Amino acid sequence: MKLVVAVVRPDKLSAVLEALFHEEVRGLTIGRVQGHGGETERVETYRGTTVKMDLSEKVRLEIGVSDHFVAPTVNAILASARTGTVGDGKIFVLPVEKVYRIRTAEEDQDAVTPVERAVRA
Amino acid sequence: MTMSAADTAWMLVSTALVLLMTPALGFFYGGLVRAKNTLNTIMMSVAALGFVGVAWAVIGYSLAFDPGWPLVGSASRAFLRGVGLEAQGTIPHLLFMAYQATFAIITAALVSGAIVERMRFGPYLAFITAWSVVVYAPIAHWVWGGGWLASLGALDFAGGTVVHINAGAAALVAALVLGPRKDYGRQAILPHSVPFTVLGAGLLWFGWFGFNAGSALGASPSAALAFVNTLLAPAATLVVWTLMDLRRTGKVTAVGGATAIVVGLVAITPAAGFVGPMSGLVLGALAAFPSYYALLWRARTRLDDSLDVVAAHGLGGTVGALLTGVLAQKAWNGTADGALFGNPKQLAVQALAVVASIVYSAALTWGLMKAIGAVTALRAAAPDEGLGLDVSQHGEEAYARGEGAILIPADSVAGPVGAAITPVLQAGEGRP
Repeated sequence: MKLVVAVVRPDKLSAVLEALFHEEVRGLTIGRVQGHGGETERVETYRGTTVKMDLSEKVRLEIGVSDHFVAPTVNAILASARTGTVGDGKIFVLPVEKVYRIRTAEEDQDAVTPVERAVRA
Repeated sequence: MTMSAADTAWMLVSTALVLLMTPALGFFYGGLVRAKNTLNTIMMSVAALGFVGVAWAVIGYSLAFDPGWPLVGSASRAFLRGVGLEAQGTIPHLLFMAYQATFAIITAALVSGAIVERMRFGPYLAFITAWSVVVYAPIAHWVWGGGWLASLGALDFAGGTVVHINAGAAALVAALVLGPRKDYGRQAILPHSVPFTVLGAGLLWFGWFGFNAGSALGASPSAALAFVNTLLAPAATLVVWTLMDLRRTGKVTAVGGATAIVVGLVAITPAAGFVGPMSGLVLGALAAFPSYYALLWRARTRLDDSLDVVAAHGLGGTVGALLTGVLAQKAWNGTADGALFGNPKQLAVQALAVVASIVYSAALTWGLMKAIGAVTALRAAAPDEGLGLDVSQHGEEAYARGEGAILIPADSVAGPVGAAITPVLQAGEGRP
């Protein structure tokens, strides 16, 4: 199992979710985060105060997947979150030691397999 | 005529009331857009206070209210030449000019609802300024400035044709020329602050008492009639809208309620001082239907009239203008009867005023948008639209949290801010 962590532009979130859904990736968690990559700082002015905004609004997705789902997941995000300009975000793929599904106490592979898929199998 | 202190007092108050409607509209519209476009949307209304206000004093008032010709006034009152403290009716001429200025301002701001979340701010400023002069002023002249529709006897108490139908037609054309937002029809675009929208609708209603009752141009029985109709008609619209919401989805929405108030206010505007209070109730109730269904239908089309200016103002204004021709009652207004009271010709005159306003406004708006578009890009670049117009057009955020904001010392800020600072920033060290 892997944990795919992706940081993407907020305005690309809908496209990413759609692409993931298309790849039948169902279980994910998202959060609004702020971060800094290589993008040019935005300069904002409030009355006499001029500031550069070092942190940009991003959305972080965390997706626990079984190994053979890693490539489709990553590819879906790569294709859907890209604009081609600096600030498109990152994808991290992390090893996962253990996964439990709280409802059933299933472990690992079973825990990250969507319910209807498990039933069918 | 002699000056009246009472009339002058009421018109001073009315002018302030109508002026408040423009920032109120900013909040009404601002709540309906996404958080990243809040300030841009509010500023579209706020900017009209300045740009249209100045254009009105420079030339707009003269084109609208100088006797001139049937189609347009003249430039003889440009820069308010000859507009002083002498009586215009029973109030100072200068006050009459100021009152009318607030109408020009909000009419231009109304159009912005169709083009939010994607238009560059500079071209927008050019558009509303020019629009108030070449579209608003002549139509105001036709109806209120002694122009050809006034000669025909068209009834428009407070601006159904001049303000709302005019803004609705311009909104339709502006949205078509500009094209839909890049996310329109692809993903859900939801209002980010419904409380703002309800607050804006409430302040609009408050200001609208000045808009309608002030259009009597005095503290008169006619003002009282317009005032009461401004109370009753939106109430009826709100009730009907609520019941339709209940019947369709089983739930009454706040955005729907705020919209219903505006639709009712728009519809009663041309009729306010011409129809009795029970007719006002009927008019408000009837006005709910076309706008309600137009909103539902529009959202399924490719017409990105983003905040439904056409459905609320164009259609609401049309219903109001036509029903004025049906429900007007000489017993109440002392001027003219409508079709229901034995004067079917009035309805025909109303219909002509509606069509003429739509055609003129649509044609000139198209020309203006195309002309400005030939000089400079009307739309924000796609990445700027994605980032949001608050940051890309204004360099501000509506809900800045200040985390990660680094103060730039005042002495490094010189000349155009962006140009001066960007190289400094890019030379900065410590990039992770």
